[in-house]
Amino acid sequence: MRRTVLKSLAAMIAGAFLSLPAYAQTKPVEVEFYYPVAVGGPITKIIDTMVADFEKENAGIKIKPVYAGSYQDSIAKALTALKGGNPPQLAVLLSTDMFTLIDEDAIVPIDGLAKDEAGKQWLGGFYDAFMQNSRSGGHVWGVPFQRSTIVMYYNKTMFKEAGLDPEHPPATWQELVEFSKKLTKKDAAGNVTQWGLEIPSGGSFAYWLFQALTTPNDAILMNEAGNQVMLDKPAVVEAAQFWRDLAAKHGVMPTGTIDWGTTPKDFLEKKAAIIWTTTGNLTNIRSNASFPFGVAMMPKQKRGGSPTGGGNFYVFKNATPAQQEAALKFARWATTPERAADWSIATGYVAVTPAAWQTEKMKKYAQEVPAAAVARDQLDVSVAEFSTHENQRVTKVLNDALQAALTGAKTPQQALTDAQREADRILRSYK
Amino acid sequence: MNRTLNTVYAWLLLLPAMVLLVAFTHYPALATLWHSFFSTPKGRRPAVFVGLENYQAMLQDPVFWRALINNLWFALGTVPVAVGIALLMALWVNRGLAGRGFLRLSYFTPTILPMVAVANIWLFFYTPQYGLLAQILQFLGLPGPNWLGTKETALPALMIVSVWKEAGFFMIFYLAALQGVSPSLREAAMLEGASRWQYFRRVLWPLLMPTTLFVLINALINAFRLIDHVVVMTHGGPDNASTLLLFYIYQIGFSFWDTAYAATLTVVLLVVLGIIAAIKFRWLDKRTHYQ
Repeated sequence: MRRTVLKSLAAMIAGAFLSLPAYAQTKPVEVEFYYPVAVGGPITKIIDTMVADFEKENAGIKIKPVYAGSYQDSIAKALTALKGGNPPQLAVLLSTDMFTLIDEDAIVPIDGLAKDEAGKQWLGGFYDAFMQNSRSGGHVWGVPFQRSTIVMYYNKTMFKEAGLDPEHPPATWQELVEFSKKLTKKDAAGNVTQWGLEIPSGGSFAYWLFQALTTPNDAILMNEAGNQVMLDKPAVVEAAQFWRDLAAKHGVMPTGTIDWGTTPKDFLEKKAAIIWTTTGNLTNIRSNASFPFGVAMMPKQKRGGSPTGGGNFYVFKNATPAQQEAALKFARWATTPERAADWSIATGYVAVTPAAWQTEKMKKYAQEVPAAAVARDQLDVSVAEFSTHENQRVTKVLNDALQAALTGAKTPQQALTDAQREADRILRSYK
Repeated sequence: MNRTLNTVYAWLLLLPAMVLLVAFTHYPALATLWHSFFSTPKGRRPAVFVGLENYQAMLQDPVFWRALINNLWFALGTVPVAVGIALLMALWVNRGLAGRGFLRLSYFTPTILPMVAVANIWLFFYTPQYGLLAQILQFLGLPGPNWLGTKETALPALMIVSVWKEAGFFMIFYLAALQGVSPSLREAAMLEGASRWQYFRRVLWPLLMPTTLFVLINALINAFRLIDHVVVMTHGGPDNASTLLLFYIYQIGFSFWDTAYAATLTVVLLVVLGIIAAIKFRWLDKRTHYQ
């Protein structure tokens, strides 16, 4: 009895080994794909449809999309999985997570995978403003996918009421202060009922909005190697002082910090005439605003400009060459002009290649929603989003400094000098 | 033989609980202590023994001190108030008044609600200009402060949410204890001519002491365990004004991936909680009357 069992067991194992090679040949390449959801809308459904379409055209590849939460959750999950030895093969993560992923030895350079002529051409086809956050040390590490930038939303009805031209949004810092003063309303008791301007500074995005002030003031906050920050330069301090003054001196913005999440709501509730926030909010504001609104570029000081933001595709190192190839194929497929246009129209993200804007549907969309084109036009003067080694930590140092300056706990000069010292300490081992 | 068998039995009965405790409490605690003496492994750089360097870095970390002090204030502000309100509510709903069940339920409701939902509701209450508090203040003609965006008010605002959330939960314990107090004690006290205050102070309060001790420990542990509200409502801001210890540990561990330093901070948290528990059990226990 026992012998029979053992024999059949052995036969089964042998059978399994013998049939394995044949099985492996027909088995499709599986790619696990983590993605975050950071804007409103049925993102998971759009992704699922995209994957299904891709699989139809590429029979040998099976993509397993995994919704991984917010951007923060997604990187946390990907790195935890990596440390557990089971990372995804492809993921959309913040473009600013690039240095973190390189330091963790988690990803491979994209230019090493897309070596042929067509691959090079593909990587050269993106807006340079987006590629600035994808390059380091002479390599391309990420493929721009769901990218955004900061724009100014303004309430045209309020502009009219205040005697301003609704087709002329503030184009310079001076105009911004001037217009905002006219747009700020108070009741009889002297309490503000309508703010002229809101630039959110709460949560973890203060540094990003700050870049929309430093870039026009002609200051760059970090180097391309990501191991040096320039936070205490006079132009940077000036920008922080201006931000503080909007509330403290000009009285056109609430004092203290302004929450990132409630700012679009303040705008929709008609409590703020002008807000600065991501292009990712366009679809939300477009469907919920009860008044005509305009979208404009960041006001100029010495120049124009805004940082870019959003997520890139990353291909992971632990994957087999076949998986890496499949992952790359999917990333390439998702950023073809037609697909990029679909994605942009469905989500409100900025289409990542000039070619996508040349497609028929994108031309039509830009005509229907001129606001979408504002973000594209701003790309010419946009700069890389703040990103360094130990990114989250350095970013927190900057956020804390900005919040200290905005709440009046420290002077902008003091806050940024402290931040510079702290950032230097964190980055010392990456020089 | 019989004795050995008994021992084996005892250990077998203890085994399921012990496996869980060792796997999820004791081993992680010891591993945390162990990791706090090493550097954080990164990519190709493995962890190396650094002795007390992590602890030295912690002593020089201003955010750590900020978080610790915030947490002490948070505990000091929420624990006595939550326990006091819980006791008051329990005494109130323990009497035979109409609609008692409804009252009990409504006091308990905050406890049932999911933390993140609660935090989002309160986020709306605190929103400047059109939030609930702002609307009430506007009606009264007062200026509404930016509750969560100002250094001075951010932490107190979180404390209020915590008290609101916890009081109903602790009320249940007090209520259970009050139900266990024999009515003859009250009758006897009244016959002896004791006032209601005297009855509470001399009879009820000592009888409730074990419950108070239990509730105090729980409240204090909760004060050091709170993280959901911080994540949803302030993210520790502005400028770390509302950063609590556990939130900071989470940030260090899962945003900055400095696992060694996170382990160091966790050791501190464990030590703090251990000291609190020790003081309570050794000192307060002596003054507590168990039936």
